[in-house]
Amino acid sequence: MAKRKPGRKDQMLALLLYPLDWLEERSGLVGGVKYFLFRKVPGDISWGHTLGSASLTAFIVQAVTGVILAMYYKPDPNSAYESIRNITDDLWAGWLVRGMHRWGASVFIILMFLHMGRVFLYGAYKFPRELNWIVGALILVMGMMEGFFGYLLPWDQTAYWATVVGVNLQATGPFVGPFLGDILRGGAEIGPDTLARFYSLHMLVLPGAIIGLIVLHLYLVVRLGVVSPPWSPEAAGGERLGPPPPPRSGLVAPSPRGARRR
Amino acid sequence: MDQHGGQGSPHEPTPTIWPVGFAIGIACIFVGLIISKIVLVVGAVLTAIFGFLWIRDATSGLRTVPTQPEEEPEPAPSAPAIPAHKGRPAMPEPGEGEIVRFPRSKLLEATTLGLGGLIGLVVTAPVLGFTILPPFIKQGHPEIDVGAIDDFPENKFVTTTFLINPEQGEVSRRTAYIRNNGLLGDAPSFTILSNRCAHLGCPVQINGLPLKKSSETRDGLVVDRTPTAAAAGFGCPCHGGQYDNEGNRTAGPPVRALDRYEFRIDDGRLMLGKTFSVSEVDGTGADAKIHTYPLAGPGQHVDGIEAWLYPVQPPR
Repeated sequence: MAKRKPGRKDQMLALLLYPLDWLEERSGLVGGVKYFLFRKVPGDISWGHTLGSASLTAFIVQAVTGVILAMYYKPDPNSAYESIRNITDDLWAGWLVRGMHRWGASVFIILMFLHMGRVFLYGAYKFPRELNWIVGALILVMGMMEGFFGYLLPWDQTAYWATVVGVNLQATGPFVGPFLGDILRGGAEIGPDTLARFYSLHMLVLPGAIIGLIVLHLYLVVRLGVVSPPWSPEAAGGERLGPPPPPRSGLVAPSPRGARRR
Repeated sequence: MDQHGGQGSPHEPTPTIWPVGFAIGIACIFVGLIISKIVLVVGAVLTAIFGFLWIRDATSGLRTVPTQPEEEPEPAPSAPAIPAHKGRPAMPEPGEGEIVRFPRSKLLEATTLGLGGLIGLVVTAPVLGFTILPPFIKQGHPEIDVGAIDDFPENKFVTTTFLINPEQGEVSRRTAYIRNNGLLGDAPSFTILSNRCAHLGCPVQINGLPLKKSSETRDGLVVDRTPTAAAAGFGCPCHGGQYDNEGNRTAGPPVRALDRYEFRIDDGRLMLGKTFSVSEVDGTGADAKIHTYPLAGPGQHVDGIEAWLYPVQPPR
């Protein structure tokens, strides 16, 4: 094909890329994404450094499956349990999406813990990255709150009594505890208001806050750069040892075309 | 003024005696919390005064503006006119990177920030109030008719379930353990225990053999009554709290006795009112002495020094 009609392939490619060019010319977004994806990182990073993006992926899975579950779930004491049963037993692949959301919640927390451990053991929380550690810790806390508020939603006996105990635990906090408990329950006892309240917090307030914090977290990662392992011969601020490795082609390296277009 | 001199040296405040008074004030507060309110107030005043003096002393170096170098004395009026490039300028020259601002631009900035803050407040306050206040307003429930006095055999616990908020449906079903103690003088006496565990609010179960259940429907509301043969206290399935027949804690993590319901006899019917908290019960049955307190949440002490952790309870 290409030999018989030279230039045809380039024409096709130019046609395919035209929308991206259009977007880039008006917004600079393509360049921004490329800057984010192809930024420089130390040469001796390892699989441990992928735990952050793994956590992000887990969060995206939670967000997508959660949005879909919200289309079928009814946050009302008289129909919540029945709607969950409907999702699990009747709707096509409902069991799968609910299972992804349910087990993915644990995966999200576990990955955040592993990511946190990697950052701690590599000393990647030190100056100038303390703020990013704080932001990450806030994301972890909010992820756990997501777990707490989401646990009530199936509205079965486990969910109900676990929430009774969990809220009462917080209500034993000194001075403000009794008031905190009432605010969480939406009253003196767990009832319809509690379920609606937990649903709102679980699917609107906390995810919004987590998304904002993730954006801040990533901005700081890009701004401050990635840390080498402590045993790296490339000390911080030092010269790179030897010539840089030859660029690999493929998914993780910029294409020559991309380089030219920039 | 800067005894340590030079830039970059640690800027430590000079030694001061005020923290001693501050510490005495704090100690007075703690002692006053236990002994008397007067000592508490004295301690608070001491803490405030010495805290203020301490802060004032510690920040004196920061608050004092460095003195300007001595200005050139004004030349005598009779002296010959000085050239334009000498002497003080009529207006201060803007430094590098400094922006000269007119008063009206400062006014505009203040107006924008002020108005923006005001609009933010006007929007946020009702939303925040709507989030936080409803849980504290119009709490409580109407009196509940759980049956005739004759439905409760003497000296037997009857496990009674009822809807505390009928419009909310089954989620508001509550359980009370009701024992008819016979007559105290000429008034009927009842022991009515809430099944909410005083540890973290799980449902306590009666340790005894359930007998035949009877149901009664009044005004469309179902009340279930199950008498128990030979009750031997109550146990909580969640964390193993145990109570005796008067609701006193006998083992496990609960911090006080089981809560109780107020009751009233209306035309031979037993009406349940509000719940209240109990630290402990001395004696048994109709002669028991009940140490009552306003309703507190599970896990919250109502007596002893730990009760200081929960000085104010939300309205019920």
